[in-house]
Amino acid sequence: MEISFTLNGASRRTTIAPNRLLLDFLREDEGLTGAKRSCEVQVCGACTVLLDSLPVSSCCTLAADADGRHLLTIEGLAELPEFARLEEAFTSHAAVQCGFCTPALLLTVHSLLAAGGLHDEAELRRNLAGNICRCTGYKSILEAVSELAGTFA
Amino acid sequence: MTLSEVELRRGAIGVSEPRADAAEKLRGQAQFAGDLLAPRMLHGKVLRSPVAHARIVSIDTAAAEAVPLVACVLTGADLDDINPYWGHSIKDRPVLALGKVRFPGEPVAAVAAETEEAAEAALRAIRVEYEELPVAGSLEEALAPGAPLVHEGPQEPGLFHGLGQLPERDGNVCYRYRIERGEVEATFAHAEHVVEGEYVFPGTYQYALETHTVLAEVRDGEITVWASCQHPFLVRAELAALFELPLASVRVIVPYLGGGFGSKSYTKMEPVTVALARKARRPVRVQNRVDESMATTRRHGMRCRMRSAMNAEGRLLGRQVECWFDTGAYADNGPRVTATGGDAAPGPYRWEAFRVVADCVYTNTAPSGSYRAFGATHLQWIGEQQVDELARLAGLDPLDVRRQNLCLPGEEIRQGGKPLDADLVGDVEKAAAKIGWGEPKPANVGRGVSVGLLAAGAHPVSTAVVKLEADANVVVLVGTTEVGQGARTVFAQIVAEEIGVRPDQVTVRGADTRFTPYDRSTGASRSTTLAGLAVQRAAASVRAELEEIAAGDPIEPDSITSLMARRFGLAGGELIGHGEVAPAGTGSYAEGPVFWEVCVGAAEVELDPDTGIVRVRKTATVADVGKAINPLLVERQDEGGTLQGLGNALFEEIVFDGGHIANDTLLEYRVPSLVDVPDEMTCIVVENEDGPGPYGAKGCGEGSLAATTAAIVTALADAGVPMNELPLTPERVWRRIQELKEVGTWQR
Repeated sequence: MEISFTLNGASRRTTIAPNRLLLDFLREDEGLTGAKRSCEVQVCGACTVLLDSLPVSSCCTLAADADGRHLLTIEGLAELPEFARLEEAFTSHAAVQCGFCTPALLLTVHSLLAAGGLHDEAELRRNLAGNICRCTGYKSILEAVSELAGTFA
Repeated sequence: MTLSEVELRRGAIGVSEPRADAAEKLRGQAQFAGDLLAPRMLHGKVLRSPVAHARIVSIDTAAAEAVPLVACVLTGADLDDINPYWGHSIKDRPVLALGKVRFPGEPVAAVAAETEEAAEAALRAIRVEYEELPVAGSLEEALAPGAPLVHEGPQEPGLFHGLGQLPERDGNVCYRYRIERGEVEATFAHAEHVVEGEYVFPGTYQYALETHTVLAEVRDGEITVWASCQHPFLVRAELAALFELPLASVRVIVPYLGGGFGSKSYTKMEPVTVALARKARRPVRVQNRVDESMATTRRHGMRCRMRSAMNAEGRLLGRQVECWFDTGAYADNGPRVTATGGDAAPGPYRWEAFRVVADCVYTNTAPSGSYRAFGATHLQWIGEQQVDELARLAGLDPLDVRRQNLCLPGEEIRQGGKPLDADLVGDVEKAAAKIGWGEPKPANVGRGVSVGLLAAGAHPVSTAVVKLEADANVVVLVGTTEVGQGARTVFAQIVAEEIGVRPDQVTVRGADTRFTPYDRSTGASRSTTLAGLAVQRAAASVRAELEEIAAGDPIEPDSITSLMARRFGLAGGELIGHGEVAPAGTGSYAEGPVFWEVCVGAAEVELDPDTGIVRVRKTATVADVGKAINPLLVERQDEGGTLQGLGNALFEEIVFDGGHIANDTLLEYRVPSLVDVPDEMTCIVVENEDGPGPYGAKGCGEGSLAATTAAIVTALADAGVPMNELPLTPERVWRRIQELKEVGTWQR
């Protein structure tokens, strides 16, 4: 089937199989490997990309569902002017270790910052609980995101 | 003048430099094994046994081979030109099941195809007939009289057994570790207080987000693998032995690792991937799903019987421990896990006598191996709970009992091994103070401390090469795997300090065994301590050469290019330094460890007695690192271990049913998320410059796991609920409270 969408700001039209997963489409067809495959059941969040500015698990989303919508991956986010302060906060708090979960986490944070979903620490913890990080213990992530959201204690 | 002032002349050590790999990782540019492609690459899939224990009657691959886009189907029969057994501690494991299967999930056949879909379709078309055998699906079943034997025939030691003479197998017990001091029975005879119990520790899953992934190519008599592995040189050696090639004909390349925590130590999916590539004559990539990685390795479940004795004055007298580690159907790192658990069992106290017997037991379950702080995590929560129980019986403060009984620096921990190299009393006092020890407690709040040691460092062999380029930039060749711990950043700081350049002038890349000098492994908290020492020595040798060239002229980051030109002229050149760490003796486990990693922590928990829910309010852990080369990275490592310790204490558990893993997805196996982080989570960095590594450093990042699990248990006991089984799920805690109410010992 044929679908049209924007991928990281650029208009695209392509033919895909109706059962093609968005994650496979991005990684294999587009070579955008910043989205990672891990749990495959929408728990870990490592495959998160933004569809019309909202986080989705690309491992459980059909590429066909991107039809007519805007898709943002880490490769696109990293080119946006807003990325600089995400990068600065995560670097200065050492909120990245192995880096496997990090691109997805940054997309979720970017979406929540834009939507105003990080008013206090309780909200921050709840809204980021869909991105599992096994390395950091999350304290550094809490610090970095609190700073970005202006809720840093 | 202190050691620091002499040694640290250039200011690159003790500084929280930003991670060298941050930008690459944040931007999604860091490459992991699953991101790599090779020309003409095929997709490999593994057919796994649906049964726990069975004789393989027949395997019919004809229909699978006929599936379109399938390149080849591999079975055990394809391996008759080699001895197809591997295993670094015990060579007990065939590349693919031969004759029988020993656990649910054991690889039976494999397929390489043009697409993943075709490979999966081919797997479904393979017909295997099994004749089921009696199952030893748990420790109880494997240790029962007349239990089905998981393995028969003689035991062959693997290449990296490292634990002395391998004994004969005793039923399903493949390895036994014993340590003893004094006459333990005699101490119980004159004890005032004795406590004893039986305890259960569950199997848990490391869950590195990146599952085991291997891309292999076999061409012109050489094997090349790109693997998500922590120990590339040990994988190289096992592959070379298995496929009967010289070491130099096997090349292992390691990109970034998406977490390891021990799950990617030693050899895992490499042999089957290489065998598949060998038959297909094309590159093949095998990438596990989560359920496959869970069946590839996990943390050992364990049962333990322990008793401890104290005299009327609060002196700890004796301890007796028997424990059984469930290593699954293949030994993997089970013998070393068992030995490390045995070493952790007495706890670092000045016992008159102790006796520990630790058994490593085969069962018809998936293999168990390394997971961060193995051994210590298994035993510390038990031993420390008994110390607290004795303190309560004697009416003493648990912290005072530790002050009175903990070993001091220089005291013997294990006969013939390294004496204690840390200030444990100082460490536990710091942790206790951090959570408000001694301050009034609200209702249903408990506080606990825990102290332990972890035999760390593994085998002390590391080498490194440091190359100073003509443009004053430095390249470091070192085999350490960047698994998230920040080794590359720390090595750059060491090189900057030694040579006198800025850290951003130093590039550290990952292992490629064709070019990178030998390093034993990445694990056991050894990289900063041992690989770091090799890097330091290599860099110091470059500096010495540079000083010779300078002949008294200043050496500054900006003057190095002119000094290089002085030696090499304008055409350029390189100064190459080599650094080596080798064992003083044989490097055996008995002589070790390289250092004792400190496992000290404290926790405050809040119990809801009506539901059994335990909430962790505060944790404090001690990173007793000798010297923190990058203090922020030390804290971050420790915090990661802390939260894994919390998960192991509160809810992580692999559930088995007849040898099958019943919860093999992340929906059913829960790992900590942001909502589980304690209100206060503090890492205290202690720097006594008492480690064997560069600038007095020693490793960290594992101790906090064992310490946190144990401190949560002792804190819950302080809140009135002593527990003999982990994890501390609400149901288990609630049932324990009902038991305590029935016997009339519920205090609240």
